[in-house]
Amino acid sequence: MKPKALILTGYGINSEEETAYCFDRTGSEAQIIHINDIIENPSLLQKFQILAFPGGFSYGDDTGSGNALANKIKNNLKKEFLKFATEEKLIIGICNGFQILVNLGLAPAINNEYGTPQAALMHNNTTRFTCTWVHLKNQNSNCVWTRNIEMIQLPIAHGEGNFYAPPEIMEELNTNNQITLKYVKEDGTPANGQLPFNPNGSAQDIAAICDPSGRIFGLMPHPERFNCFTNKEGWEKEKEILIRQGKELPKDGDGLKIFANASKYFQ
Amino acid sequence: MAHRICIFTHVNDTKSQVMTDKLRSLEFPIEKATVAEVYTVNKDFNNRELTKISEMLSNPISQKFLIDEPNREIDFDYALEIGFLPGVTDNIATTARETIENYLKEKFKNEESVHTSTLIFLKGQNLNEEIIKNIGDSLANSLIQRIHIKSHEQFATDNGMDTVVPKVKLKAHPKADKVELNIPEEELLKMGKEGIADEDGERRGPLALDKDSMETIKKYYNEVEHRPPYDIELEALAQTWSEHCKHTIFASEIDEIKDGIYKHYIKRATKDIRNAKGDKDFCVSVFKDNSGGIIFDENWVITDKAETHNSPSALDPFGGAITGIVGVNRDTVGFGLGAKPIINKYGFCVGEPTDKEPLYRDKNLTDKLLSPSRILEGVVEGVNAGGNQSGIPTPQGFVYFEDRYKGKPLIFVGTIGLIPKEINGQPGWEKSARPGDKIVVIGGRVGQDGIHGATFSSEALSSGSPATAVQIGDPITQKKASDAIVKEARDKGLYNSITDNGAGGISCSVAEMAKECGGCTVELNKVPLKYPNLEPWKIWVSESQERFTLAIPPEKIDEFFKLMEKWGVEATIIGEFNDSTRCIVNYNGETIMDMDMQFLHYGNPKKILKTTYTRPTHKEPDINKPADLTDTLHSMLSRPNIASFEFISKQYDHNVQGITGTKPLQGPGRVNAKATVTLPFPGSTKGIICSQGINPRYSDIDTYHMAASAIDTAVRNAISVGADPDYIALMDNFCWCSSDDPERLGQLKAAAKACYDYATAYSAPFISGKDSMFNDFKGFNQEGKRIKISVPPTLLISSLSVIDDITLSLSLDPKFEGDLIYILGETANELGGSEYFASLGYIGNSVPKVDAQKALKLYKLYHEALKARLISSSYSPEFGGIGAALARKAIAGQIGMEINLNRVPHTKNLNREDHLLFSETQSRFIVTIDPKRKEEFEKHFANVIFAQIGTITEDQNFIIKGFNGENIIKSNVKTLEEYYKKTFKDF
Repeated sequence: MKPKALILTGYGINSEEETAYCFDRTGSEAQIIHINDIIENPSLLQKFQILAFPGGFSYGDDTGSGNALANKIKNNLKKEFLKFATEEKLIIGICNGFQILVNLGLAPAINNEYGTPQAALMHNNTTRFTCTWVHLKNQNSNCVWTRNIEMIQLPIAHGEGNFYAPPEIMEELNTNNQITLKYVKEDGTPANGQLPFNPNGSAQDIAAICDPSGRIFGLMPHPERFNCFTNKEGWEKEKEILIRQGKELPKDGDGLKIFANASKYFQ
Repeated sequence: MAHRICIFTHVNDTKSQVMTDKLRSLEFPIEKATVAEVYTVNKDFNNRELTKISEMLSNPISQKFLIDEPNREIDFDYALEIGFLPGVTDNIATTARETIENYLKEKFKNEESVHTSTLIFLKGQNLNEEIIKNIGDSLANSLIQRIHIKSHEQFATDNGMDTVVPKVKLKAHPKADKVELNIPEEELLKMGKEGIADEDGERRGPLALDKDSMETIKKYYNEVEHRPPYDIELEALAQTWSEHCKHTIFASEIDEIKDGIYKHYIKRATKDIRNAKGDKDFCVSVFKDNSGGIIFDENWVITDKAETHNSPSALDPFGGAITGIVGVNRDTVGFGLGAKPIINKYGFCVGEPTDKEPLYRDKNLTDKLLSPSRILEGVVEGVNAGGNQSGIPTPQGFVYFEDRYKGKPLIFVGTIGLIPKEINGQPGWEKSARPGDKIVVIGGRVGQDGIHGATFSSEALSSGSPATAVQIGDPITQKKASDAIVKEARDKGLYNSITDNGAGGISCSVAEMAKECGGCTVELNKVPLKYPNLEPWKIWVSESQERFTLAIPPEKIDEFFKLMEKWGVEATIIGEFNDSTRCIVNYNGETIMDMDMQFLHYGNPKKILKTTYTRPTHKEPDINKPADLTDTLHSMLSRPNIASFEFISKQYDHNVQGITGTKPLQGPGRVNAKATVTLPFPGSTKGIICSQGINPRYSDIDTYHMAASAIDTAVRNAISVGADPDYIALMDNFCWCSSDDPERLGQLKAAAKACYDYATAYSAPFISGKDSMFNDFKGFNQEGKRIKISVPPTLLISSLSVIDDITLSLSLDPKFEGDLIYILGETANELGGSEYFASLGYIGNSVPKVDAQKALKLYKLYHEALKARLISSSYSPEFGGIGAALARKAIAGQIGMEINLNRVPHTKNLNREDHLLFSETQSRFIVTIDPKRKEEFEKHFANVIFAQIGTITEDQNFIIKGFNGENIIKSNVKTLEEYYKKTFKDF
């Protein structure tokens, strides 16, 4: 049976449709549900194996990105979300969704302290909202979502993606292999905080982390925005190479691999 | 009592760093600036609650807060606080309030509120109050913000900054006044110009009604209604008849054209094209709705609309631009039964970014205009906030710099939408309010913001421009409303009609919809307000943003309201549609408006306009060919109209919705593209192509050819990436000046004629458009001399097309060494109005002229070649001609090239290398191809003018050989890139 994925929407979340598309395309069954419908009927959550916090601008980033929606969840659904997080289920938070996860304390949740915020996604050190493509390298974490991906190119679009955590948390993140993806140069060598490879000044070039179990995944880049070949930056040149070689053009985008890992987990 | 929560960031404090850098770059003697966020919570709380609230409003990892106590640790000389003036939209405060309410599970009472402000602690050598005041002026906009300064001593004495609650307090006069029109003529005219006088004699702001209009209204009330009008009725007529809403100049009889410019040239073009296309007609809804619509595929329609928001952006660039972009998004949601916004577009025409010479609105030189660079910064940020927060990709746009946009910038914003062809068995683009339907308003609340927006846009910008016209959009409130409509209510069939509230507010939207059924009755006191005591006429005409008006059958009201509640959208029934033929407004039990719908909509006096047009002759530049054309090319690349504006493209999210195709920045060298392709459905290959064309400088020579070039540019850029020449729709945005001057009207008529001639020649119908007729600034220069600056007559043409297979679309970057470079089309001696002549300080006379038949032949062949995958990259020369185009291609591909100028086909009268390089002849493409396809390619284009002009080389050198075969330009990709990118490097 296909795993069911709940895609959250409302209050300025704006990437729910393409996120749902990616789950549907890769063997899960997605359903978009408004946060207020869950508040009204929290038992809805039990029907799902996957929970996705899509990208967007919840509450316009007012009072800090992801903060206001996290507050709304804490004030209404804290217990239910914590339960979901600690069951054999999967959670993904993309961009604004990652900011929400961090504010909710669902990642990194060092020492299994689910519900306690331990890190922050701060203003990009460029101080600007930045929309561009980045190269990412898997750090061999135990994250379910990044299995069998070594390098991947994805778009980013955020103003607050500069990952920060106090030294003791950073150390734990490293020790527990909870850093899943890092910004790197095209050849896979470290970005070392250097623009444009690390686009926001993130500590240790961190682009994504997971919880200790590897089931909860938060990332700044947008895999759902690379759902087909022609989404990719520079696809026109790749097309030209393939055509001159007489080869077929691919259809899917690499971003789908992340969503495919979710449905595989439940097989 | 109100509490102050002050939040400081203690790790990675980017905001403080940015502030310090910014103030230093403005040459203020600042060592350090520390920025804190302040929430003033105007409600009683105990300490525990206050701590909890502060925790919710701050980040536990990176921030600390202080409640009702000053920061005693910080080292500073002055503290500067910037907050909003009463009534100005404060989006962060709205979210903070909702967060607090959600935590308390209790709503704020009417007198309770939240406000935000920014507190900046400044440390520096020899700071004094005057410097701090100047800092405040450079950071804040006095039309919408307050500044409060305290020295270190004062701060210590007072125990911190003051607690300020900027609440709107209106004197209690919430009633409608009768207005006597049987008064001396000069009084009547004054009322039309400056507005109705209050009891104390103060004028309420322009009605923008001329003598004929005032007399017509007077006559109607004397002879038909037999009573004096209420103020609200006059204000409603002023809105409905405004140039902004009625487009009088476009609609009026002009010279020999009885049916007016709009019908005669624009609408007729579309009609003729649609007739000629027959069953290949792709238009479904043109001119009548908030956007125009064309067929996308068997199930979907795409819509397009472009607007301008010029006057408000001059006063508050951020507020003006964000209000503009979310406003045009509403034109999409308000199309048919509601289209989903999927692509945003922008265009900023502003003064030269280096221009620092001040201008003033008043004779005493106290009311200074914002500088062009500050306007640019503000509008860029406004569209950023509006587009990004709404989750609508913004791939397409341009910037254009010219001195004469200094007094009044032109801020274009556009949105493309997507709507099903059929919704619940009805065409998605058809709607009609029915008698008995409830009038429901959803979204934001009504305040004083935007009063007189419609009439204000119809007047030139001067010191009398009303500050209440400034408003700030709230993208999240709108996103909630728009999602609730297009993602749920629409497909459930919960309403019969919808329109957006733009200029004129509900006075226009309700009256417009009432046309569909024949009348309406409104209970004005039901309209939800931001603050009490708003006079009824203001409620009626306020342009408070983020609102839609809907017609909902009574049996669907419950379900609709339940749905709105879920989406967090406020909805209110304010009246009922009927077929009474009257527009009736009641307020507290009294009827304060009762007007014949016919008179309201069609009673405005008809005008007859007369034009003249004397085409000027300019001096031709008497300047020899530059000795070093390499230098010339380099400096051309740095000209603002040619240089990279990556700083804008990169901060506008074009990937959101997962539908990006061909992008705004192309190739490894990231060069700004002129057209983009978007895939509205993930997983499908069918794309939407959009592009824009604008050539304001050509207007100085001939507006007919200016318009022709704008059309050709928008069309050929779309074709260049893959549009089918038989499937292109257009939009016109005229931004004219002094449109009461027969010469300007003559220029307008000529441009409109070109619109007819070229749209029909290209079979590209206009589907929507907008005009703005008075883009003039009247004020004073720094010597106190009265001046008037009019924008050059400007026409933005936007193009919209569909491509079946996006993999056919082309980017501009050359891809491989050894590829051959071709030019398609012939270059003429057309440097009049060019960037090259402008760089020499001349206009010239040889404006580019478009030969549509020749162009169309090339375009059709080009499209066939593209479909056969004969072409690998394509770019069409415009500003800076083939010189700039070739350089941009090399930069984009990060690849060298060698060009032989001798091979470029040109007309006989073109005999200078610099002229050949920089002529702005239209209808040309520069393409690169696989050498293996050479023969096939050349055979394909055998019947048009074209030539191979060079090859892509394996090194990074950029070489152009002159007429004698020697290198006249010798540069390399890195150097070209530096010049191309240096102009806006620090923006």
